[in-house]
Amino acid sequence: MTVTTQTVTVTVDGVTIEVPAGTLIIRVAEMLGTAIPRFCDHPLLEPVAACRMCLVEVEGQGKPVPSCAVTVADGMIIKTQHTSELAEKAQAGVMEFLLINHPLDCPVCDKGGECPLQNQAMTNGRGETRFDGVKRTFPKPINVSAQVLLDRERCVSCARCTRFADQIAGDPFIELLERGSKQQVGISEDQPFDSYFSGNTIQICPVGALTSAKYRFRSRPFDLVSTPTACEHCAAGCGLRTDIRRGTVMRRLAWDSPEVNEEWNCDKGRFAFPYIKENRLTTPLVRDEEGNLVPASWPEAIRVAAAGLQATGQATGVLTGGRLTNEDASAYGAFARGVLGTNDVDFRARSTSDEETAFLANHVAGKSLEVTYGDLETAQSVLLVNFEPEDESPIVFLRLRKAALSGKTKVFAIAPYMTAGLAKMKGTLIAASPSSEVKALLGAVENLSAQSIVLVGERAAQTPGLLSAVAELVATTGARLAWIPRRAGERGSLDAGLLPIGGRNTTDIINAVGQDISGLLIAGVGVEDVAANLIEAIESADFVVSLETRHSAVTERADVVLPVAAVTEKSGTFRNWEGRDRAFDTVAAVPGSISDAAVLEELAHEMGATLTVSDFWATATKPALVASGNDSVSPGAGQAILSSWRHLLDKGTLQEGEPFLAATSRVGVIRVSPATAATLNLIDGATATVTHEETAVSAPVIVTANMAEGVVWLPANTEGTALNLPSGTCVTVTSGGVA
Amino acid sequence: MPELPQIIRGFGVTFLSMFKKVTTEQYPEERDKYPPKPRFHGRHQLNRHPDGLEKCIGCELCAWACPADAIYVEGADNTEEERFSPGERYGRVYQINYLRCILCGLCIEACPTRALTMTNEYELADNSRASLIFTKEDLLAPLLAGMTEAPHDMAPGTTAQDYYEGTVTGHIHPEKTDD
Repeated sequence: MTVTTQTVTVTVDGVTIEVPAGTLIIRVAEMLGTAIPRFCDHPLLEPVAACRMCLVEVEGQGKPVPSCAVTVADGMIIKTQHTSELAEKAQAGVMEFLLINHPLDCPVCDKGGECPLQNQAMTNGRGETRFDGVKRTFPKPINVSAQVLLDRERCVSCARCTRFADQIAGDPFIELLERGSKQQVGISEDQPFDSYFSGNTIQICPVGALTSAKYRFRSRPFDLVSTPTACEHCAAGCGLRTDIRRGTVMRRLAWDSPEVNEEWNCDKGRFAFPYIKENRLTTPLVRDEEGNLVPASWPEAIRVAAAGLQATGQATGVLTGGRLTNEDASAYGAFARGVLGTNDVDFRARSTSDEETAFLANHVAGKSLEVTYGDLETAQSVLLVNFEPEDESPIVFLRLRKAALSGKTKVFAIAPYMTAGLAKMKGTLIAASPSSEVKALLGAVENLSAQSIVLVGERAAQTPGLLSAVAELVATTGARLAWIPRRAGERGSLDAGLLPIGGRNTTDIINAVGQDISGLLIAGVGVEDVAANLIEAIESADFVVSLETRHSAVTERADVVLPVAAVTEKSGTFRNWEGRDRAFDTVAAVPGSISDAAVLEELAHEMGATLTVSDFWATATKPALVASGNDSVSPGAGQAILSSWRHLLDKGTLQEGEPFLAATSRVGVIRVSPATAATLNLIDGATATVTHEETAVSAPVIVTANMAEGVVWLPANTEGTALNLPSGTCVTVTSGGVA
Repeated sequence: MPELPQIIRGFGVTFLSMFKKVTTEQYPEERDKYPPKPRFHGRHQLNRHPDGLEKCIGCELCAWACPADAIYVEGADNTEEERFSPGERYGRVYQINYLRCILCGLCIEACPTRALTMTNEYELADNSRASLIFTKEDLLAPLLAGMTEAPHDMAPGTTAQDYYEGTVTGHIHPEKTDD
């Protein structure tokens, strides 16, 4: 497809240039390397001309015009402050006005040293103020949310934050209130600014009006050493900048990465980093004769671990979790298959099925960049199958929202109810309970064409037959397919071959411990991640080696614990859901902290072997994709089918140590449709209890219109509602709290 | 006229200097006899407001200005329970490394609250490196009459502005209660 763009010829400061019609004056100036001062202008937000700082002279127009909001016309002669006295005077006047009410409290302001207002006041402002009145002051600061603080007197009303919240995130909880000099950013009285993307407003604020509770007063730009990194929290693969001061991470910023996260990221990626220092393992631990876990030297720990693994050999199950870098994943693959000689290796620390194994082997593994973020914007329609982008891959959500708002892409979702995220993407709900998802998927065929994309979430593995139906659907419609897991290392692990081809999956490995599996090698798997009883399995296993960064329920029970490097202490690569490699560098090297791959190499050496990394998928025999039998659940009286997923901000272990972030997470609720509520005698707003066997959780009921019947939804791994069962489980729902 | 022998001329100079004014200063025996000039750049001091609250707001401008990278500052929030300075922010950690400091005084010029000034104390020698990194406790000005050791509340009814304008006087917390 060729695009013919009409061009126009304009002159800026005497230099003539041909640019596409519709270009903003300020962009033309940028092309020529002419800097026009600005505050409100942001390339990814709609122009608003709120700050008036970018005034330039256009020949033939009496008054200066805001260059960030006026597009060029053919033959336009533009003079910036460099050649026009009018523009220079106008800009100086605007700067003087902006500073009238600005408190000039730069010494206490977090933005000091990296502040566009400070910089431009120094270059374009007057040395002395002419204003001798009383400055407008506000009580300071106010909490826009638990994490975002607002100093209203510093605000220059550029509306970047409100435009971001409205146009990009779709969470317009903040708005400009009042008029004139009283104009200020405000929040709704009954709804805090609990957006998953609120941190971006802090980053794009051109003054110090918005600051984060986490970074407040912590350091100055000149203290920081910055490293470009990739986010370890989800499979989106955001480019970040990590700033450290004396070896401690102070903050993380979204970095410019147009093909992935543009210039945004989510609050989890921005603020959830203190976990790295929390509860760290510092030395290897070995269980002594009395059964106590005691600190040991590296050579001793490696010797004991190697001897134990040598003994369990092929009867060792390898559970690697979903947070490994590509490099570490390759090492685990080589160690499990080459050194231990087992195929019982699985990266999926969650509900899995053999159907998913076959689906991933045939339709996902080794396929890179077949569907990209850019493709989401050009697709005719996007079908989300058991995938809630806002919670499970927030940057995908931002892209889909952008695509949907541009009018090109229609979003359809197979989900139990119309989520807020789906509404923000102007999506259409194909309501389905976990037992009717396959049927709903077959019904969705009418919305798909060869220009469509099907995005499958990792929860699809919880519904028997769903992944085979998806594979069939894309084959018949010609739509393209992408699988979006939640964790950053899942895609890389899959491509490295940490899939049980010829072996058993996570659930089966855990269940086989004590029978024909006697040893376990565990990395980064939490006991809450898997439905099967991992604790029991560890306790009944003969020998358990845990490679972990921090103390956990697994390390407490392991026979040998080998501490490994956290993401900031090593370099590596995460492969995001597109199959795009996102490399990151060492942020703060810690002496003695070594990566999983290096530890495995030592183990292999001790066992008299070498790690040989090979392309697993080149030789693997892919199992045929067969639909799992649908043992249909039929809820009895007072029962419903559970549907559940994790919110972006939950009780996840990588969010520990950051109370301000945790305070912005969503509270647990129980959702049912009006008809189901009537059947189960539930009242909107009242407390209800969901029970399964021994576990029961209580939360307020929200009767949700536009929801599948016979389903009860509640978030997983959320404070108070951590039932942590796979969707499709039959649960009992009663009104009232836990007895 | 015949010249005097060289040796006598030489001793003559020595003999005559016995009657000249002595310029040698006896240090350390007579150090108080020769105080440094009032504007001598000596050891730093972190000043206090008249009621004892710290003037330092932890802005790090001194550290920024320092050409020798001798100053390390970490700011923190004043809270309702623990207030060290007027306003929102105070210097939680303040260190000057006198092994690095060249006593140039650029930090003094940079300080926006006149928290950091220099004293005339010049005896900055010691026998360990660690002891020459002065911390906030070493640098804080002594409590004068009317001052109470921080943390404590601001004077009732005052704002940070009043402190900076110098309208707050001492003797506000005559007895600090430790409960």
